[in-house]
Amino acid sequence: MSAQFPAHLDLEEEEDLEVFSKNTSLTDGGPSSPSSMMNQYREEEEEELFITVDHPESHVTAIETFITYRVMTKTSRSDFDCSEFEVRRRYQDFLWLRSTLEENHPTLIVHKFVMKGMVERFNDDFIETRRRALQRFLDKIRDHPLLRGSPSLKVFLTAQDLAPHRKQTPSLLSRWGGTVKMLSQSLRGVRSRPEEFSLMQDYVEQLSSKICSVDKICSSETQSCTQHLSSVLIPVLHDYLLCADTLKAVMKRRDNIQAEYEAKREAMERRGDQEQQEEEVQALQEKVEVCNSSLQEDWSRWRSSMRTDLKTALLSTAENNMQHYEKCLAVWETFLLSQREEGSEQKEEDAP
Amino acid sequence: MMADSGSNEEVAVIGNTDISSTETESNIINTMVERGTALLRKMEINVAEAEKRTGKNTVNMQETYTVYLIETRPAETVPGGGAPAAPDTLWRRYSEFELLRTFLLVTYPYIIIPPLPEKRAEFQWHKLAADNLDPDFVERRRVGLENFLLRVASHPVLSNDKIYFLFLTEEKGWREAVLETGFQDKVDSRLKSLSAMFRVKNPDKRFTAMKQYSDELNTVISQLLRVRARVADRLYGVYKVHGNYGRVFSEWSAIEKEMGDGLQSAGHHMDTYAAQIDDILEEEEHYADQLKEYLFYTDAVRSVCKKHELIQYELEMAAQELVSKKQQREELATGTVRVFSLKGMTSKLFGTESQEQRESRLAALEQSIQEGEEMLKEKNTECKEFVQMAWEDIERFKEQKDKDLREALISYAIMQISTCKKGIQVWSNAKDCFNKM
Repeated sequence: MSAQFPAHLDLEEEEDLEVFSKNTSLTDGGPSSPSSMMNQYREEEEEELFITVDHPESHVTAIETFITYRVMTKTSRSDFDCSEFEVRRRYQDFLWLRSTLEENHPTLIVHKFVMKGMVERFNDDFIETRRRALQRFLDKIRDHPLLRGSPSLKVFLTAQDLAPHRKQTPSLLSRWGGTVKMLSQSLRGVRSRPEEFSLMQDYVEQLSSKICSVDKICSSETQSCTQHLSSVLIPVLHDYLLCADTLKAVMKRRDNIQAEYEAKREAMERRGDQEQQEEEVQALQEKVEVCNSSLQEDWSRWRSSMRTDLKTALLSTAENNMQHYEKCLAVWETFLLSQREEGSEQKEEDAP
Repeated sequence: MMADSGSNEEVAVIGNTDISSTETESNIINTMVERGTALLRKMEINVAEAEKRTGKNTVNMQETYTVYLIETRPAETVPGGGAPAAPDTLWRRYSEFELLRTFLLVTYPYIIIPPLPEKRAEFQWHKLAADNLDPDFVERRRVGLENFLLRVASHPVLSNDKIYFLFLTEEKGWREAVLETGFQDKVDSRLKSLSAMFRVKNPDKRFTAMKQYSDELNTVISQLLRVRARVADRLYGVYKVHGNYGRVFSEWSAIEKEMGDGLQSAGHHMDTYAAQIDDILEEEEHYADQLKEYLFYTDAVRSVCKKHELIQYELEMAAQELVSKKQQREELATGTVRVFSLKGMTSKLFGTESQEQRESRLAALEQSIQEGEEMLKEKNTECKEFVQMAWEDIERFKEQKDKDLREALISYAIMQISTCKKGIQVWSNAKDCFNKM
């Protein structure tokens, strides 16, 4: 059977094409039923995985210059050959990981880290900001009960050379071919979307417009002014702004899975050709259910992690500001004390 | 938290961290009144209000200007007893203050005349308007004018001036009275020219040092004010950005269920924080004004030093002239030519003059020398008197400056401490709310 997913045609940067091929299935590390998902979660809960992204370095070749980051992994998981790995990855590699994860788990919310409108590519601030974003990305993957077990993640963390693995993803042309067909399908739309997903959709729309204004503020301020704001709170807000886009894409994909199922079922009812089609329809129906429940769970996971992230960021901002003021306070009070001591000394001198 | 040194200082600053600008203002007034001039013992002076007026100016065009209400009332002899007497009032505009000050400058060249508040707003940061009719500017000018009047009133010499007294009490006819004194004739154009350097051989070293100090103080204060304007701009930006985020959070809270309260309180705290900057900068403006007063004071100090130079110069010129006249006499008397002179040359070339001519010339010269000696004595006395009176005022000024700047600095520190505490308070409250999120 062919699972067909819609394309996301935002051409933000040259490397970021979220286009899915025709022949992906849900078998790559994903659950085939709701219950197996829970089992998988329990198993991996016990095994640890620590990932750090650091040490950016400039890499110069004849054709281009790019930055690579060191990705260090320490793990006690049994599906890894060793307990420590160290590899170098460039930005494109992270993008590959993300799009692979999304392909294989179309209805899961995969954290996004693409930043729009970046012009200065190689200054230190930009490199650091990006490093932090990539670190957050890997942290999110590591924390996600399903994604953390993905083979793509393992390859990403361990393979010295990622190039052969990257080549396995289909070529551009076949992706494009798929795109056109997917677009035409998605136009049909969904018949009866379950209510919880409609609510989700509404929320996502609203979130998108609310946080949109964050972007406007971000672009209008200078870096130095708001050191503590920009290093902690703003990236978090920005992440969730990006998430709104991801959510929309996820919702769309879910809708399309449901649409496909509905279409097939309609066709079957019309034609009356039983046996073979009924199996197909059955499979599609299961697929819809699996997608719905995995999305539901991921959705509530996402919601609570957003809450935690925001809370942490806000607390950190408040703490930062308090420390700043406490430092200032100490300085002024010391000064005041010294002035008054001087004053009283002078008075003693002046006294007859 | 405020460690008390245990000494008793008359300044009402100790232990009081919430000192407002009006309190600080009255502190200055208090210390000036303590100096106790006769005038201040007699009367209280304030500049109570400002009003806009329109009228025709000297070129018969309509203009809008501001007038300030000067109130004077007899000083309270019975504290707390009964209602204070209604004050005498009159209206003055800024140009009249300028006239008064120019008069004082010319009449008392050996006194450091207190400065007027700035004519046009300088060292502004972006929010404050540089417009002379802006209500904030007018208000700050009102305070500055009152300060000026009180400084003059508390000066041991200036407070006794008749024209100053009339300024405070006679609305009409004051202008004529000033002009009648003919002070404009005394204005020495050489003093106005800032670049005029008098080649003075023996200036009083104290004055040279004072002038140098004054110039340095001017530079330092200017730099300080410039930096302050830049910092104010930045700080304003920082606080206002928090306000923008506050708005975002408030709006966002509307669509959230579990996070709604937390987000809303985040928004609220950011807004509260952002709102604080207006008060902070307004208060800071007050300290900037105090610095500006001393900035302008340096000009006054400079002009006294210049006057000294001028007098010294005239003295030295007079002495020099006397010396050369005496030499001429000697030449004439002995017939020797020591110094090259045209007369000497021509007499060599064309023959010497007759005996009568020489004698009459000698007599004229003797007369001139006598006049010169008188002149020299006068100049000497003038110089000595000037130096004495000016130096006395400079000492008084130095003491005043040290005290004022020091108190301003302490007040400023206290204000900063209060700001810090408020900041800590806001964010500590915010933290509590976030923890409950």
